[in-house]
Amino acid sequence: MQKRFMAIWFRHLLTDGLARRRPELKDLPFVLAAPVKNKSIIIASSMVAEREGAFTDMAVADARAAVAELVVIDEVAGQTVKLLRLIGLGCIRYTPMVSIDLPDKLILDISGCAHLWGGEREYLKEIVLKLRAAGFDARAAIADTPGAAWAVARFAYKRPIIATGGQAAAITTLPPAALRLEPDILERLQKLGFRNIGPLLELPASVLRRRFGQGLLLRIDQALGRVEEYRELLVPPVPYTERLPCLEPIRNVPGIEIAIERLLSVLCLRLQEEGMGLRKAFLKCHRIDGRKVQVGISTTKGSHSVSHLMRLFRLQIDKIEPALGIELFVLEAPRVEPMETVQEQLWAESKGLGDTALAELLDRIAGKVGPQAIRRFLPAEHYWPERSVKLATSLSEEPAVAWPKALRPIRLLSIPEPIEVMALVPDHPPKLFTHKGKRHTIAKADGPERIGREWWQDKGEHRDYYRVEDGEGQRYWLFRSGHYDGGDARWYLHGYFA
Amino acid sequence: MNSNTTIISKLRQDLLKWEGYKPPVSGQRDTLGLGPLESIFPNGVFPKSSVHELVCASSEQAAASGGLVSGMLSALMQPGGVCVWIGRDRRLFAPALSAFGVEPHQVVFISLMNDKDILWVMEEALKCPGLTAVVCELRDMDFKQSRRFQLAVEHSRVTGFVLRNATGKLGSTACAARWQVKALPSTDLGGLPGLGFPRWQVDLLKVRNGQTGSWVLEWQEGHFVPVIETVIHAERQAG
Repeated sequence: MQKRFMAIWFRHLLTDGLARRRPELKDLPFVLAAPVKNKSIIIASSMVAEREGAFTDMAVADARAAVAELVVIDEVAGQTVKLLRLIGLGCIRYTPMVSIDLPDKLILDISGCAHLWGGEREYLKEIVLKLRAAGFDARAAIADTPGAAWAVARFAYKRPIIATGGQAAAITTLPPAALRLEPDILERLQKLGFRNIGPLLELPASVLRRRFGQGLLLRIDQALGRVEEYRELLVPPVPYTERLPCLEPIRNVPGIEIAIERLLSVLCLRLQEEGMGLRKAFLKCHRIDGRKVQVGISTTKGSHSVSHLMRLFRLQIDKIEPALGIELFVLEAPRVEPMETVQEQLWAESKGLGDTALAELLDRIAGKVGPQAIRRFLPAEHYWPERSVKLATSLSEEPAVAWPKALRPIRLLSIPEPIEVMALVPDHPPKLFTHKGKRHTIAKADGPERIGREWWQDKGEHRDYYRVEDGEGQRYWLFRSGHYDGGDARWYLHGYFA
Repeated sequence: MNSNTTIISKLRQDLLKWEGYKPPVSGQRDTLGLGPLESIFPNGVFPKSSVHELVCASSEQAAASGGLVSGMLSALMQPGGVCVWIGRDRRLFAPALSAFGVEPHQVVFISLMNDKDILWVMEEALKCPGLTAVVCELRDMDFKQSRRFQLAVEHSRVTGFVLRNATGKLGSTACAARWQVKALPSTDLGGLPGLGFPRWQVDLLKVRNGQTGSWVLEWQEGHFVPVIETVIHAERQAG
């Protein structure tokens, strides 16, 4: 089959890309500049700036003299590849074989693709219009070879589609630069008076080789299709997705279970081969009535175990409403992470926080009652009781400081409850307190332990804490908010000691 | 006559073995250091792979039970062991556990609102062999639920503790033991003012294949210390 190639040339790739992100620049003359040998040189110039006389490779100072309101922006390295890659990935919808050719072109292998869009003319029009609508000044051409296609896209004014075998005729009138040559060869050709490619094609190869080297011959051969050109194709990131269409619509739980199991076994095998573990997955069920039902699971640690993931999904099956039936199951894993493979242990001795069984248990609990119910605490460097613990972000997080040694109640009320108190002498521990209508006589007391409020966090009074024990031996944590003579000193019960 | 008693004691030993109470291997006595709480059980071995029930009549008793459980946990959890504490609206204050020898960051807290979820999570956790112990706070537990818990731990060898309210009549239970803990007034420390070591009245209300009992214990420097001689009630069989 005859190969066909399309070359897309971006005339203002960098500036168009920037104007897309910052629309306010669109109508301004702006250039991207980078320092070269202590001089700021224009790397890329926008269309408006070029029209007013600021070109690529000019010094910024010179350009400023020509264009008064020139906006100069520092160039960010690596943008060209990034932009071309993004556009190239977008072009994969037109052909599976897209490659980047730096600094400013894309080469598409369109063999056997164009008829899907109704012919090469429509195909080219579609792509170029799409790119122009996106704000890129793109020109494209189609030919048998990438070289010829690019030469026409870059230098020809008309007829972007070169018929099969017509590349030699198409490039004869174009300047030698269309052959993608080195600058010094171009300079020599210029000196010798080669204004077009045509005369070069008529010269014998041995003469050209002696004067200009093998490079020129290779480029000519590539453009004419005598030598094949190899290029690296863009590979899009492959999403972790599995599909399972059903011949008969599925309506019951066993059917759904079988479907999930089948999808999981394929996906997990792939994850296992790539050394990845699943963190989050969605099951999308497409129903006959056109609706979509979706359930999701997430894990605390990457996993590619079918049985574990199946158990997580089994908790969610109740939420799937099959109605008239499900005809397509799609399992997507939007979040995966590299997994360290653990050697299977015959005698699993170490029971710790890194245990797989624990992670799987927590996943199941999170799937059933929600992840917000699971908490693990680490010490925080605060004396204020409510702030003295912080939540651990992961199972493997270790405490940064030691747990405080101060005696704290085993049950702490989240909101201190007000109590009525009698004390013999001001600033003495209380003698009697009433909580919820029950009177407790205090036999022993320790304290006060003053905990100051963290003034940079919130306003209010300090607390004077007392550990007290009543006649029956029950131990409480009481505190007085503020000074005794402050007038608004209030007493609270904050916790129970063991 | 004599042969009859030997046969009966032999059968008892066999029953114990089938129920998971393994006699200690000679020359290798694996004690946890729980003192009297350990010696009361058959063969003097604390039943690790079983569920213990603690009855709490009030918030104060719940706190005291929490203290006793934490003390037992410190003996059960080897360094690195993990415990799951299933509770209601986050009452337990993690830093307090360090006073009982448990590292609070080795405890995973799960706070739930209704009993149905708590029962489900408790059963799942008890089946998980990666854990050392599971503690759960329940409003009520009937025989069926205790049986399910007991069945769950038999495979995983996890120790379970259920802190339950004492609402209504306490029915029969499949748990290995039923405890009740009450706080007692502490004693002075050599005439110093203030509170002494936490002191509890620990009652073993029910125990499978063992003797019930009642002790006064103090938590001193990381150990349970008996205060008065144990009062051993008449031997009874339960469960």
